[in-house]
Amino acid sequence: MIWNPNKESMSRDEMHALQSKRLQKLVTYVYHNVPFYRNKMQAMDISPEDIRSIDDIVKLPFTTKQDLRDNYPYGLQAAPPSEIVRVHASSGTTGNPTIVGYTRKDLAVWSEVMARALTAYGVTRSDTFSVSYGYGLFTGGLGAHYGVENLGATVIPTSTGNTEKHIRLIRDLNITGIACTPSYALYLAETLEKMGLSKDDISLKIGAFGAEPWTENMRKEIEERLGLKGFNLYGLSEIMGPGVSYECEMQNGSHINEDHFYPEIINPDTLEQLPYGEQGELVFTTLTKEGMPLLRYRTKDLCTLHDGKCECGRTSVRMGRIVGRSDDMLIIRGINVFPSQVESVILEMPEFEPQYMLVVDRINNLDTLQVQVEVRKDFFSDDIGRMLNMKKALSDKLKSVLSISADVKLMEPNSIERSQGKGKHVIDKRILK
Amino acid sequence: MTIKQLSIFLENKTGRINEVTKILGKHGINMHAFSMAETTDFGILRLIVSEVDKAVDVLRNENFAVMLTDVVWINCPNVAGSLSVILDHLAENQIFIEYMYAFAEGDLANVIIRPTDINKCLLVLKECDCNIQDKL
Repeated sequence: MIWNPNKESMSRDEMHALQSKRLQKLVTYVYHNVPFYRNKMQAMDISPEDIRSIDDIVKLPFTTKQDLRDNYPYGLQAAPPSEIVRVHASSGTTGNPTIVGYTRKDLAVWSEVMARALTAYGVTRSDTFSVSYGYGLFTGGLGAHYGVENLGATVIPTSTGNTEKHIRLIRDLNITGIACTPSYALYLAETLEKMGLSKDDISLKIGAFGAEPWTENMRKEIEERLGLKGFNLYGLSEIMGPGVSYECEMQNGSHINEDHFYPEIINPDTLEQLPYGEQGELVFTTLTKEGMPLLRYRTKDLCTLHDGKCECGRTSVRMGRIVGRSDDMLIIRGINVFPSQVESVILEMPEFEPQYMLVVDRINNLDTLQVQVEVRKDFFSDDIGRMLNMKKALSDKLKSVLSISADVKLMEPNSIERSQGKGKHVIDKRILK
Repeated sequence: MTIKQLSIFLENKTGRINEVTKILGKHGINMHAFSMAETTDFGILRLIVSEVDKAVDVLRNENFAVMLTDVVWINCPNVAGSLSVILDHLAENQIFIEYMYAFAEGDLANVIIRPTDINKCLLVLKECDCNIQDKL
């Protein structure tokens, strides 16, 4: 089934025309409403009239996460505050979170693209669907939630936590679909088995998995243990949230909702646009966004784009799996974590040396983060209580900055490796094959 | 009247304590008593040694986090109930003990005490049937 065949199966020529028209409108809109873009365009000697088709997008400036931080909180917002009906936020690297405001129309577009994704997975009005992404500032929960409602299935807003209760609801309410991170799906399978149950005791058939990198092996394992079919769901809060792209039943890449989010692949070093099929950094332009529209936002995700009609009938460009990052961002339990965030917390606390190491692992299918720090000699104490308080103080601060809990490990002086030049601060033991 | 105890921060890692004993042995420093306090990821090794200043120097040279802590070392008769009398007396005088450790040698029992208020503890101990060691 296709939710919106007019858009999802549009001919390439029509799509090109639609994207061209929308880009022209977008550029005029941001030029007049966002001083940041107007200044950038003026510095590059470009005016909205220079943008005649979507192919002219290469003339436009890029936007980075740093730009969002520098213009915290509302500097890149184009719509007046009276038009903003919701705000989401993602964690920031140095204390400033990224704030994204949505107009009523933005939310309608979001529900539309999510409904397209869910329909591609096979969800129908008769399904009961559990949204098990975190609800709150994170876009995962509410984004998926309104998509399910828009489609007309029954949404169960389970959010995260209390897995045994969740399993009970899956059984008692005959829940047939679930949206969550792939690692949570594995954790759910494990809890199910610990409760003495198996996939035969539940009726899940569709899983929408995203918010963190995952692999074909993980898909196979989740599918076997939960008895469902797992689909990729991609998104990022700066652009919209979940629903930017989605897999269809062919599972040959994720279809991008390119009437709303125009994708490009660039060489992250030269910033040149690369042709379809070449691997590089994924860049999005929000063609229809009103609240916080972005021109050529650099996602730092590395992947490839593929065109050509899909056997499912959709004509939209597909993106391959995310194969890595062009920066040092980590995704831990679906949350973006930058080593610099940890560094800024440690530098604020005189008890610790500025050396640190993040050890990321996946234990029992849950991502774990250990932060190793050295206690300064002057702060070392014979009193275990004081040492444990020091550890707890750091752990509490990290939790408030990162939004996930980290296990702090106090280390001996000089035990963390000092590297020349750019320090190595991450050991990622998760095996993603 | 007090003696200096070495407190050494150690990561919980197989063989880490051997490093300390090896360094002390190499420099001819004898250990009289020690105890190990541990948490899930680190421990504090508390040591009474023959040459305190030298021990601190050689351990710091090897990058150990070492600090000195004042503790009270007492001897009491190595007979049933003798420590109990002393501890009762300390408690009656509101002396709080953060930690202590002990070892027996023939007729004598050696007890190392880290009280919160060390001066008051010394005063109270003088009234007890015990001998306060002031040097090693």
